Amino acid sequence: MAVSLSVNGQRYSVDVPPEVPLLWVLRDVVGLTGTKFGCGMALCGACTVHVNGVAQRSCVLPVGAVKGPVTTIEGLSATGDHPLQKAWIANNVPQCGYCQAGQIMQAASLLAKNPKPTDAQIDAVMGGNICRCGTYNRIRAAIKDAAGVKS
Amino acid sequence: MNAIENVSRRTFLKGVAATGTFALALQLDPLARVNPFAPVTPAPAAVGPTLNPNLFVSIDTTGAVTIIAHRSEMGQGVRTSVPMILADELEADWSRVKIEQAVGDKKYGNQYTDGSRSIRHNYHRMRQFGAVARTMLEQAAARKWGVYSAECKGQNHRVVHAPTGRSFDYGELVETAAMLPVPDVMAVALKDPKDFRYIGKPMTSVDFPDMVTGKATYGIDVKLPGMKYAVVEHCPVTYGKVKSFDPSEALKVPGVEKVVEIPQTQPPIVFNTLGGIAVIANNTWSAEQGRKKLKIDWDYGPNVVYNSDSYRNDLEQAARADGKIVREEGDVKAALASADKVVEATFYVPHFAHATMEPPAAIASVKDGKCEVWSSCQDPQAARATVAGAIGMDEANVISNVTLLGGAFGRKSKPDFAAEAAILSRQLGVPVRVTWTREDDIQHAYYHTVTAQHIKAGLKDGKVTAWLHRSVFPTIWSTFVKDDPGYGHKIELSLGFLDLPYAIPNIWSTFVKDDPGYGHKIELSLGFLDLPYAIPNICLENGQAKSHVRIGWLRSVNNIPHAFAQNTMANMLAAAAKRDPYEFLLELIGPDRVVDLSKVDYWNYDQTYEEYPIMTLRLKRVLRVAAEQSGYGTKLGPREGLGLAVHRSFATYVATAVKVKVSSDGKVSIPRVDVAVDAGRVVNPDRVKSQMEGASIYGLTAAAFSEITAAKGRITQSNFNDYPMARMHSSPREIRVHIVDANEFPPGGVGEPGTPPFAPALTNAIFAATGQRIFELPITKSKLTV
Repeated sequence: MAVSLSVNGQRYSVDVPPEVPLLWVLRDVVGLTGTKFGCGMALCGACTVHVNGVAQRSCVLPVGAVKGPVTTIEGLSATGDHPLQKAWIANNVPQCGYCQAGQIMQAASLLAKNPKPTDAQIDAVMGGNICRCGTYNRIRAAIKDAAGVKS
Repeated sequence: MNAIENVSRRTFLKGVAATGTFALALQLDPLARVNPFAPVTPAPAAVGPTLNPNLFVSIDTTGAVTIIAHRSEMGQGVRTSVPMILADELEADWSRVKIEQAVGDKKYGNQYTDGSRSIRHNYHRMRQFGAVARTMLEQAAARKWGVYSAECKGQNHRVVHAPTGRSFDYGELVETAAMLPVPDVMAVALKDPKDFRYIGKPMTSVDFPDMVTGKATYGIDVKLPGMKYAVVEHCPVTYGKVKSFDPSEALKVPGVEKVVEIPQTQPPIVFNTLGGIAVIANNTWSAEQGRKKLKIDWDYGPNVVYNSDSYRNDLEQAARADGKIVREEGDVKAALASADKVVEATFYVPHFAHATMEPPAAIASVKDGKCEVWSSCQDPQAARATVAGAIGMDEANVISNVTLLGGAFGRKSKPDFAAEAAILSRQLGVPVRVTWTREDDIQHAYYHTVTAQHIKAGLKDGKVTAWLHRSVFPTIWSTFVKDDPGYGHKIELSLGFLDLPYAIPNIWSTFVKDDPGYGHKIELSLGFLDLPYAIPNICLENGQAKSHVRIGWLRSVNNIPHAFAQNTMANMLAAAAKRDPYEFLLELIGPDRVVDLSKVDYWNYDQTYEEYPIMTLRLKRVLRVAAEQSGYGTKLGPREGLGLAVHRSFATYVATAVKVKVSSDGKVSIPRVDVAVDAGRVVNPDRVKSQMEGASIYGLTAAAFSEITAAKGRITQSNFNDYPMARMHSSPREIRVHIVDANEFPPGGVGEPGTPPFAPALTNAIFAATGQRIFELPITKSKLTV
């Protein structure tokens, strides 16, 4: 059965069972590997994408339940210059980089809803994303940079 | 686009003159050590510095510089920092430098990205490679102008003729330079460090743009045409075997195409696959669903007896009993007997799993007698050798590509997952990607060892006069050598063994130097044998322990438990002496000196002790900086505390100051951490800082969040729900890193040495805040949470 999907502004018709998580459709079928597998249980946030502009854990979201356009890290900005992407580089945030796509997508969702978040609000929203390299403080600084909130 | 471009994809090594590219092939050490055992039994941590023939830099006629990154990028910034060294000596314009990733090949020398040694082992070497290239460009300019080469100087991608101010772009000199003989690497002049252009200045990582846009390629991302997706079910008990299996239900899952057995490897397992049942599908998720439907009858084998509770009792009993003496000075028994006060404690640090954010993953394509593999591995040469061994192929026919590594921490030094991909690709005749799930990763790791320690120390007239420290842990070497001679690898057994049977005991003795079950001298050297305290009577002992899981190395290895016990006991002794713990620790480290280890069988992180001695003044300096920067000694609020710890590992000195506030119900918050680091000569200060920040949080997870335990041989934990990690809200609000200027000393390691001092600094802070003493990790066992 084909499932129709809009990803980064492009329409896809994918022939997979509707219960397959969006993560694996993106990675193995559509071929967008920027969205990462980390835990498969919505515990780490590496797989975070936007559905209708809101952060979702794609590893537990059945593709058949996706109602609305999907944005992945590849589609966050056409030229890689989203304010968060620029702030991430300016603050030298990444170490291994593996979790950062999920971190940036989570942060983008936060700023879309709350353009000037407080530290406590950042912590509350970003607490679902694990970074084993331990880049948390630089992530917080980059989010505040992008938001124009004073550190 | 592949973010990592591998050398195998390029042709610049061919037809040097024809393409106008000159490549430097440097024969630096024709007598470099070659270890004939490397393909089958790579020594886990003892590979020495090597200078083999190398190809590290090329410049084309447009002036584009290509530098080969031969180490693996796992977040430490090595694809930037090592090429920075070469580019600096070359006087290259960094914006015209392109980095290419080397495949696994001995011609690059040691590619083993582990043990915090990439800069230590490549700093001087990369300077030489860069200087040789610059010298050739200067000589080429001199030829073209008809002047003395001494008047020509490479400067920011141009060679300038000082007397006239004329200059050539490097690209304009390539053709002439390519004709010149390569100068003797020992004869080329290196830059004066005051003229360094990049070394010592923060440099942003070359991989950041790809990392923040989703273009970066990790092992789990590589895709080949016709590729299949596999997951492997391993026996829940280490080294258990498949008795029989029924694939029929698994094969009914849509997308699942095949179920095959991967034969088990006989111990010692080294880097080979554990074996198990592989489910192959047309996508990863279907393979996982199929695996859930497998019916497997296991022979669990002898390790089914492994229960962490009873094992802990055994380890602690061994730590309280006499062990094998590995360092002895003075007379500890007499000193303890005559002490005014004896302080003793038993410490326990459990197993940990690396839990890299990218679980182990690799893809292999076996075709026409050749194999190409892509993996997020810390050593592409080990991956190449392991894959070759797994599929019975000559190494020459295996290409081992390195992707970016989504975290590594020692786990990805062991390319068992790459071997699985190759075995399956050979069997199926198509490219196969093997993905480990988080559950596979946590339940089948090469675990950080579990350690019980006992320290008994004596105080007399306010001074520490006796220090008896015992450390007992299952050894890493149990994963790599077998204490039963019947299990030697066939290649080992073939080497002067089969044809000379009377020499068996001697051959064996080269592999197992100690009695089975004792720690290896490398493990004992990690923060134990090298005790830097000025105490007249010292006795260090090691007891025996049996391994029931694969023991491996994890960021800073045995330094974690050893630094915890040492720094806690120093703090306890200060309390017993009613002294300030900071002043007491400085006094315990004692006068400025080189710690005398001449009578100790000590391993100095692959360095000579002459070049990298343990200097107490450097240890005390970082401790002072951490104390001063953290505001140690200022008045704190109720239930607030500041804890200090200092530890030298990987030839780098780190002191950590942790400030805590502990609520009455045991909730610990950490407003601030100060880390002082002396890593000798520093190449990229931003990455030194980021590694110290990350190592502190890695240390926090070990200290306050997670432990691996076994019950009936099975690992109890399985994912981040029961093996939790430090998160943003539970991490220190602020981590300040203070790099001590130590450029007069050779570079030390950076990736690991920030980890060991964190846990004792935290627990000493908790003691300062509450009076509660912590003897085991994680602190959740002491009814505290972060």
